[in-house]
Amino acid sequence: MATSSRLDARIPQGPLESKWSKYRSSVPLVNPANKRNLEIIVVGTGLAGASAAATLAELGYKVKAFCFQDSPRRAHSIAAQGGINAAKNYQNDGDSVYRLFYDTIKGGDYRAREANVHRLAEVSGNIIDQCVAAGVPFAREYGGLLSNRSFGGTQVQRTFYAAGQTGQQLLLGAYSGLQRQVGMGTVKMYNRHEMLDVVNIDGKCRGIIARNLITGEIERHGGHAVLLCTGGYGNVFYLSTNAMGSNVTAAWKAHKRGAFFGNPCFTQIHPTCIPVSGEHQSKLTLMSESLRNDGRIWVPKKKDDNRPGNEIPEDERDYYLERRYPAFGNLVPRDIASRAAKERCDAGYGVGTSKLAVYLDFAAAVERYGRAEANKNNIHNASDADIITWGKAVVKEKYGNLFDMYKQITGEDPYEVPMRIYPAVHYTMGGLWVDYNLMTTVPGLYSLGEANFSDHGANRLGASALMQGLADGYFVIPYTIGAYLASEIRTGKISTDHEAFVKAEAEVKERIDTLLRIQGKTSPELFHRRLGKIMWEKCGMARNAEGLKEAIQEIRQLRKEFWSDVKVMGTANYFNPELDKANRVADFIELGELMCIDALDRNESCGGHFREEYQTEEGEALRDDENYMYVSAWEHKGPENWELHKEELIYENIKIAQRSYK
Amino acid sequence: MEGNMRLSLKVWRQSNTDAAGGFEDYKLDNVSPDMSFLEMFDVLNEQLIEEGKEPVAFDHDCREGICGMCSMYINGRPHGPLRGVTTCQLHMRSFKDGDTIVVEPWRAQAFPVIKDLVVDRDAFDRVISAGGFISVNTGNAQDANSLPIAKEAADDAFAAAACIGCGACVAACKNASAMLFVSAKISQLALLPQGQAERSIRAEKMVAQMDAEGFGACTNTGACSAECPKEISLENIARMNREYIGAKFSSSAV
Repeated sequence: MATSSRLDARIPQGPLESKWSKYRSSVPLVNPANKRNLEIIVVGTGLAGASAAATLAELGYKVKAFCFQDSPRRAHSIAAQGGINAAKNYQNDGDSVYRLFYDTIKGGDYRAREANVHRLAEVSGNIIDQCVAAGVPFAREYGGLLSNRSFGGTQVQRTFYAAGQTGQQLLLGAYSGLQRQVGMGTVKMYNRHEMLDVVNIDGKCRGIIARNLITGEIERHGGHAVLLCTGGYGNVFYLSTNAMGSNVTAAWKAHKRGAFFGNPCFTQIHPTCIPVSGEHQSKLTLMSESLRNDGRIWVPKKKDDNRPGNEIPEDERDYYLERRYPAFGNLVPRDIASRAAKERCDAGYGVGTSKLAVYLDFAAAVERYGRAEANKNNIHNASDADIITWGKAVVKEKYGNLFDMYKQITGEDPYEVPMRIYPAVHYTMGGLWVDYNLMTTVPGLYSLGEANFSDHGANRLGASALMQGLADGYFVIPYTIGAYLASEIRTGKISTDHEAFVKAEAEVKERIDTLLRIQGKTSPELFHRRLGKIMWEKCGMARNAEGLKEAIQEIRQLRKEFWSDVKVMGTANYFNPELDKANRVADFIELGELMCIDALDRNESCGGHFREEYQTEEGEALRDDENYMYVSAWEHKGPENWELHKEELIYENIKIAQRSYK
Repeated sequence: MEGNMRLSLKVWRQSNTDAAGGFEDYKLDNVSPDMSFLEMFDVLNEQLIEEGKEPVAFDHDCREGICGMCSMYINGRPHGPLRGVTTCQLHMRSFKDGDTIVVEPWRAQAFPVIKDLVVDRDAFDRVISAGGFISVNTGNAQDANSLPIAKEAADDAFAAAACIGCGACVAACKNASAMLFVSAKISQLALLPQGQAERSIRAEKMVAQMDAEGFGACTNTGACSAECPKEISLENIARMNREYIGAKFSSSAV
């Protein structure tokens, strides 16, 4: 296999360890006077977007930032719970840049690009330094130094955290840096704006079309470069842990304007979410992976055991992760933990009314912590009741907000009965294909964070999304964008009167008018639910060729129905969330088809992509490195028509092996 | 439909900032006690669309209590009857069959209504822009562990930083004061060693911006903290007052 001539990853030459430092020192620079005349548009203000916008403004570029929420502080990075990885080796437990690089490549089932992942591991330590300097209140030990915990797929403690609100604290740190620049006038912030198209002139990205969601006005914005930091597309499944507004529209418009879409079928199903409770459900809530530090996952050994969890005796419990994967136990990577839960439930051992759940139990941790507290306070004859009380207090300090959230949603008290959990769609490793500079196949159009096809291969390790978002925004794009902008200093201001802007704006307006004109019988919400059902059943945790072929036909049919039967209330000239939703669902439907096409193309199982036809006798994912060690990059050729380009993955620094956590 | 609760809703409808608003009455059957309050509104909106009426506009995003976007004033209380909970985390099991529920937007001069239950909270962003940050450019930082911070200070700073910027404190306050929101950010940064360099100017500038936005003064009623979904403590307001007075004694900046 050879890489398609249409794809140039622009990976610097030289040994892996020095690629980034050498490239960073030789990438073209833009002098400060010229930076003031170069405009950069940043779409999305999560960790990647906010950190990029603030940093580029600090460097002297003119920045315009856009978000669809009412404030940049609300981007969905805010909901990340557990932590952020960094190869600091503060715990003296054998961590290093190489080990973080290795864990990430292995965790991604050997489907990520070596050079990008190594760069990510290299800058990970700088991120923690930067965040602390900006006032992010990470958890600390009594000595005043930073605390760490473990996450899945690693055997070291490298995860920095702020209780169960790490994403919130990191985003507020990046947001405060962004607002500082807004206050200084170097960033112009556009809240409640949705990007509805990108505009290319003579093969280069020159701006965007956005809708002011309050007035309905369609606006043209020109820039010398456009950065899409618009997050993932997990909401294609309707039910996911994403925010209600999270959508693929910006990335999808870019795709239709020439940006190739990388590995669209790589979806992360998170093993520990609160199970679905009924038809009305609008979203799923995650219970952080950090809970697997202390919680033990089990199901009853007996099928259809209807006793309450806390009444099932120890020897009648099957701690199936500890049984199947003794080396990593409850801390196996997410894809493996999710499939193992599905396997137990499908085999009839599930718990709760739906039987689609397993237990996550803290009783052992409560006792262990309680004893440690007793010892710490020099009490050696403590009663069992006291030990449990002290243990619960420790668990509350570590995970209190998560336990409260669980109780609020389910009505059950997780301090007394084990939590019920089940896998749910959480993150998308796929996204816009980018080169080493984070530039898409359209010159001047970049993609950062979850929106790009990313450094996580076929499966992302926990606490690595926050790391990648901030790495891209704080420490990668500020350097790599120079490679392009250094040649743009003679371009001058981008005029939005160019016919490309006029045409793109007219197309956006025409689409909105069409949506409002149809006046069918079905709401955008109901179409979204139907799409989600197809995707979850046929392109979810397990896939097969037959199901995927059916799904493609069903999605094409759904698309036809959507464009003849959707009912969008209201008009285009004011605040209209129904119209926003219809626009987003239309794009999700098209994406869903491409995801199924990609999943059908990949005749192997790797990471989160599990094709039932390709598994070992023990039910583990069976990769086909000979034929599928590539990034699939899809080019949009027209309705229902894509062409596949392959980027071959070459591993020079890592020995390829079957992934084992046993 | 899987539930059996029946509800009467009185919901504030207002087509835009300048239009006059008013309450509309709606009946909803088959509500499940497991639904969240916003999922109940999803059901209402689907029902309205079926009837050919325009759905109720309301702000929401993460639906897991952290983004701070949802903002309903329910039966006279921001985020409804429970303590320490946002609207999206409120479940219908907190209500009874046959209840009448009144739902309004946040009401404050500094938060104009955009439509129905949606308000404009840009004022909060401008207060942060005035000084709610540490002026450190990317790349300037020293090694994170070269600055030990006592666990107690870090924990207190974290407790203040837990604010989600929803504006419930303003909505709860009879004076529409934003002191709890502003003081949470001032406290977080005043408690940390990294925040010391700009400590005085920060307090002055953020308070000046808060006043310029038209938020009211604090009369120590404490409704803000009682209604705060993240239970941000009133101690922050006391700390902000100390910071502000201290700053005014030593500075002539603002």
